[in-house]
Amino acid sequence: MTLKIKNPGLATSIQDLGRIGYFHLGIPIGGAMDRYALRAANMLVGNDEGAACLEAVFMGPEIEFTETATVAVTGAELPIKVDGEIQDSWSSFVVKAGQTLSFGFLQSGARIYIAVSGGITTPEALGSRSTYPIGALGGVEGRAIQAGDELPTGGTQGAGAGRTVADSLRRKPDTPARLRVLPGLYWHRLTDEAGAAFFEDEWKVAPEADRMGYRFKGGRPLEFVDREQPFGAGADPSNIVDGCYSYGSIQVPGGTEPIVLHRDAVSGGGYFTLGAIISADMDLIGQLQPHTPVKFEKVDMDQSLAARRDRKAMLERIRQDLS
Amino acid sequence: MAQVLSPLPGTFYTKPSPEAEVFKSEGAAVAVGDTIALVEVMKTFIEIKSEIAGTFTSYLIEDGTPVQAGQALAEVAG
Repeated sequence: MTLKIKNPGLATSIQDLGRIGYFHLGIPIGGAMDRYALRAANMLVGNDEGAACLEAVFMGPEIEFTETATVAVTGAELPIKVDGEIQDSWSSFVVKAGQTLSFGFLQSGARIYIAVSGGITTPEALGSRSTYPIGALGGVEGRAIQAGDELPTGGTQGAGAGRTVADSLRRKPDTPARLRVLPGLYWHRLTDEAGAAFFEDEWKVAPEADRMGYRFKGGRPLEFVDREQPFGAGADPSNIVDGCYSYGSIQVPGGTEPIVLHRDAVSGGGYFTLGAIISADMDLIGQLQPHTPVKFEKVDMDQSLAARRDRKAMLERIRQDLS
Repeated sequence: MAQVLSPLPGTFYTKPSPEAEVFKSEGAAVAVGDTIALVEVMKTFIEIKSEIAGTFTSYLIEDGTPVQAGQALAEVAG
């Protein structure tokens, strides 16, 4: 069974749960920006939770099916159509051989995950099908999908129509979006006033936000504690002697616009990082449109781990509901 | 009268570059597939093309402002 791509959308790519174990070599984990939504989509159609799906951002693709399959679309609210007929999001439906899946205008959120029964079965690269365009790994020849591509799938019939994720388990950002931050190793570089301002101010997602990093604008510029410039660090007060970056870490070049490193992150560099978005909130960032208002909220390690447990419990409830 | 809608969120531009003329002025002929405006998102400029032929009426929002998916960008008299 193949998926014929008639129109690819904006930057639609094949993603799974990522390429684990190569960050120390500079190759990021990649994978779905919103992993929760990808897992839910796969569960709805009866796939393994980590099967490869299509991740589409802001605009949906147009896809013709060569065989009948079960399909589910989760994440953002983007009207789903099968030969023009509207389908429910976060629910399974059947697309018959010869029918076309297409989408309307984005209503909320940023990214959809399209799971097809059997999963997309393009070749793995370093243990994952996730597309990492900068490293030309995974996906279709290491790139986003294009018109004319024919994507192979596992070709199973799947779990059938009518399975759904309860409203209370469809995780979406609030307005303003609330992103929890664990302050990090370089927090001491900020003045107390600047540290407080970072959490007080409302920020907005910048249009250049992408899979590598989500940039934010609109808060007060950060002020730094005076220092003697260490050997090997740049002259700007936001520079450090090069260090490792974590996923979710927040760098602020020049102290003006925070950038949260996301799934396709660089692994290190010379900017201080004030902390990191907690793992439980990384998925939410994947659903933020440009210009969305955002508040950062300070948490400690106990709160971060509790949030991770809460998110796991939500996934477990979906598993139970669909088992 | 038909409206040209933005297929995606981003920043709206009426010109191909800051120094250039607008894509369409009032009264200009519009053919199907003509570029009417740009929307910038994720470091990419997406050309917004007309799906109808006719005469350009006006832009509905200002150059350089944020837009949402589905928002009306311009009007064309068919």
